[in-house]
Amino acid sequence: MTALSPTAPAPPLDLSGDPRRLRRERRVRRALSFAGFSSLAVSIAIVASLLGKSFEFATNVDLGSLWTLEKWSPRIGQFDLATLFMGSLLVTAIAMLIATPLGLGAAIYLAEYARPRARRILKPILEVLAGIPSIVIGFFAVAWIGPEIVQRVLTSADVFSLAAAGVGVGILVTPLVASVSEDAMRAVPYALREASYGMGARKISTIVRVIIPASISGIVAALILAMSRAIGETMVVALAAGAFGEARFTSNASDVGMTVTAAMASLAAGTDQVAGGGGAGAGQAYNSLFFLGLLLFIVTLGLNLIGNSFVKRVREQY
Amino acid sequence: MSAADTTIARNLTTDRSLHGRRVDLAGLGFQAVLLLCLLTCLAFIALLVGTVISDGAGVITDRGGDFLTSNLSRLPERAGVSQAIFGSVALALVVVVVAFPLGIATAIYLEEYAPDNRLTGIVRLNIRNLAGVPSVVYGLLGLAVFVQLLGTDLGSGGGLTGGRTLISGGLTLAVLVLPIVIITASESLRAVPQSLREGGYGVGATKWEVTRRLVIPNSFAGMLTGTVLSLSRAIGETAPLILVGAFFGTFFTTGDAGFFDKFTTTYTALPQVVYQWATDAKTEFNTELAAAAILVLLAITLVANLAAVLLRNRYEQRW
Repeated sequence: MTALSPTAPAPPLDLSGDPRRLRRERRVRRALSFAGFSSLAVSIAIVASLLGKSFEFATNVDLGSLWTLEKWSPRIGQFDLATLFMGSLLVTAIAMLIATPLGLGAAIYLAEYARPRARRILKPILEVLAGIPSIVIGFFAVAWIGPEIVQRVLTSADVFSLAAAGVGVGILVTPLVASVSEDAMRAVPYALREASYGMGARKISTIVRVIIPASISGIVAALILAMSRAIGETMVVALAAGAFGEARFTSNASDVGMTVTAAMASLAAGTDQVAGGGGAGAGQAYNSLFFLGLLLFIVTLGLNLIGNSFVKRVREQY
Repeated sequence: MSAADTTIARNLTTDRSLHGRRVDLAGLGFQAVLLLCLLTCLAFIALLVGTVISDGAGVITDRGGDFLTSNLSRLPERAGVSQAIFGSVALALVVVVVAFPLGIATAIYLEEYAPDNRLTGIVRLNIRNLAGVPSVVYGLLGLAVFVQLLGTDLGSGGGLTGGRTLISGGLTLAVLVLPIVIITASESLRAVPQSLREGGYGVGATKWEVTRRLVIPNSFAGMLTGTVLSLSRAIGETAPLILVGAFFGTFFTTGDAGFFDKFTTTYTALPQVVYQWATDAKTEFNTELAAAAILVLLAITLVANLAAVLLRNRYEQRW
């Protein structure tokens, strides 16, 4: 190889880089994009696994037995959806009655009143509540909420009741309401508060007339997401609502009852039915599990889509 | 009415609204109500912990280590949670091995590599919605895919996963926490300032070199915290495990089974045992033993959460 003379023109620089590095770059990109689409595969798997058996259930079930207002008892082929819907409705309504004031109140206090130091301590504690496994809340609902709250308010109630389950689910979703709506309130620009104070408004008027209207879409999102979570909550209801295997139709929250999710847990825990072991309605009982799952999936997906679109609106506004 | 009168009246109004009632009763009352809401939430935590301790501490103090090392039993005085602790730890291990690499890789792809197009938008929306799917529905996914499709049959085992085995349960939980891992990892990647990446490109690094040497190390603390928190969520989940067949009832584990064999046999987990005992007819089971098992479960979750906080404080990077 001859040395280049100083007068010769410089060779064009090779800017394309080390081929080995570029090959590695392509390999990494391919591997990562493969991982990136794994979540789509999960969604497809969920829908696919729900649809097949649900279809089987829907084609084989006696349509008249789906809405009898009597009882849900898959063991004897009674699939009264009204029982479960009413249960889910009562539990969710009670849960939201508890979680809305508690969660919003806590959120307003943390966002507007609490000093930074108090907030640094209080917020993690609230997050601890969010991290408690739902089965533990279920136990608490039976051990304390049932006898100490529900039976004092509704004297006719058993220790196990839809009301006890509703209060338990309410406690479970309160941190969700608090954290999403607090984020929304803190996203309101400080200039809005200052403008309000500048007009001579008191703190309470500023909160009610300025902060809450400005963060309303975040608050609505918090409530919708919490409702979706409450509908999908399983273990609190499975323990505290008291019905196992079958449930009678009731619209009284102080009765023992069953929700869509509790029915699923109960179907699965009664292993003989799901394993296809015995009983006349065994196959259909197993299929009904997927049918309920599909209903639950559709309802919660709808609520989450609406809730997330509200969250997005908060982000875009300021 | 003279002009002077009007001025005085106006001054009075202004004065009253500025200094008016010295104490803003409505404002104070409002603040008190809000504080009460917050304190009620905290009181529930205290009551919950208090109830569990008062019901369950007896078993722990009376039997101590014996409760932790005994197998499940129909006899309350001999029942213990050793199999459940093993099951929960092993399930967590499967989650760590499967969900963390996959979730973090997905987050890196979405934040660093993915083009900002419609398809990426759909993937992001999909992940957000997956995070909101009820856990019991993930149980159905596990039942259909891991137990039936990949295991040969409902009852007897065989296939890749062997049916209702620990590996099926672990995979189900891994899929359950995957969206949470992706979301938290994405957030910590997004927190890395763009200038750092540009500095990397400026010295001639490729995309992967920038990601591996600059972005990942600087977002590591956040990713770690998020993943540990999702792990504590996985440990506490019950509903999907019931569906994919964590064992209900009592069973024996032979000590001589190999470590890997245990992943393809009957198993149970702490939340599952809590559910089983809490629904038992005997008071010893549904109150004392269930509460004691909850204490063990809460202790494990607490350790995981504490670890997350400590790790965050240790590695946290402020920009």
